[in-house]
Amino acid sequence: MNLWLWILIACVLAYAWKLVGYLVPAKLLENPRMSRIAGTMTIGLLASLTVVNAVATGQSLVLDARIGALIAAAVALFFRAPFLVVVLAGAGTAAGLRLLGWG
Amino acid sequence: MRLKLLESPAVRVGLSISIATGLYGVSFGALSVTSGLDFWQTMALSLLLFSGGSQFAFIGVVGGGGSGLAAMSAATLLGMRNGIYGMQMNALLRPKGWHRFAAAQVTIDESTATSTGQSDPDEQRRGFWAAGLGIYVLWNLFTAVGALAGSSLGDPKQWGLDGAAVAAFLALLWPRLKGREPVAIAVVCALATVLAAPFVPAGVPILVAAVVAAAVGWFSHGRRDEGLEPDVDPYDGGHRHHSEATTQRDQAAGRRQEDLP
Repeated sequence: MNLWLWILIACVLAYAWKLVGYLVPAKLLENPRMSRIAGTMTIGLLASLTVVNAVATGQSLVLDARIGALIAAAVALFFRAPFLVVVLAGAGTAAGLRLLGWG
Repeated sequence: MRLKLLESPAVRVGLSISIATGLYGVSFGALSVTSGLDFWQTMALSLLLFSGGSQFAFIGVVGGGGSGLAAMSAATLLGMRNGIYGMQMNALLRPKGWHRFAAAQVTIDESTATSTGQSDPDEQRRGFWAAGLGIYVLWNLFTAVGALAGSSLGDPKQWGLDGAAVAAFLALLWPRLKGREPVAIAVVCALATVLAAPFVPAGVPILVAAVVAAAVGWFSHGRRDEGLEPDVDPYDGGHRHHSEATTQRDQAAGRRQEDLP
């Protein structure tokens, strides 16, 4: 039940961000710093989420099959594979490495 | 009327981006249920939150053992750019009345990119709605498919679904890493995350990285639209800054086709 609460708050705030651009006078938001921070924060958060999902287990850092998934995804992206192929490459590599008994 | 709409280059771009983006709703749905959300919680994120990066962030934090508060915070910080998109779309399309409230919900990376890549005001409007509504419908449909498939899998690790999450985040980040500066920001934030991880509860390192990234944005001067690229570029090639040229070329090509008997 508690998780539902956070989900609904996240949904309301996500809509609030979107709506604010339409309702607040453009002059208030034209500050270039705002769009700059929105952009750098997007990069920072996604980089952080990538690393957390690759090496963090709770509070400890672990090297396991997920590192293989990270490398496989990078290779797929380098060759301009579509999103779903990249995800499948990540899953397949992690599953394969575990099948071989690592991670 | 319908034929006319399908002849619009913006609508065609919007529909193809809808299919490409909608499809990866499967991976969101499957990862969400294996991260500990149930079917309807997963659907609530796709129906109500409707912003891919934020949705993946929410389930990524929960899946990593983070609190609901940390998950909500990460998702909300990642949604800030939609406010910037809303401002751009409002200036471009000037929707009135209830249209504004509907437009807001489908204001995401891809609908904004499809629209701003066009130069004719009518095409900008058509592109926005075609991509926005198309992605909304398909994203939710495929989220449901993924969530149902995901709940029938046994041990998610055996299927490498934790590896799929890593790959998904890297794929969301990748199109934004154009040039040295975004790469530097990504590396610094990744380092901050790893350094913070042993000392703070799960989920919080992500918020530490957000603070670092915001500080970089506040104190440095660089491209104003750094990081504001769609996950799937509607105008291919991956170079949003050339999209205007691409659009004009596409439009010219479209006109040429229409001129044919």
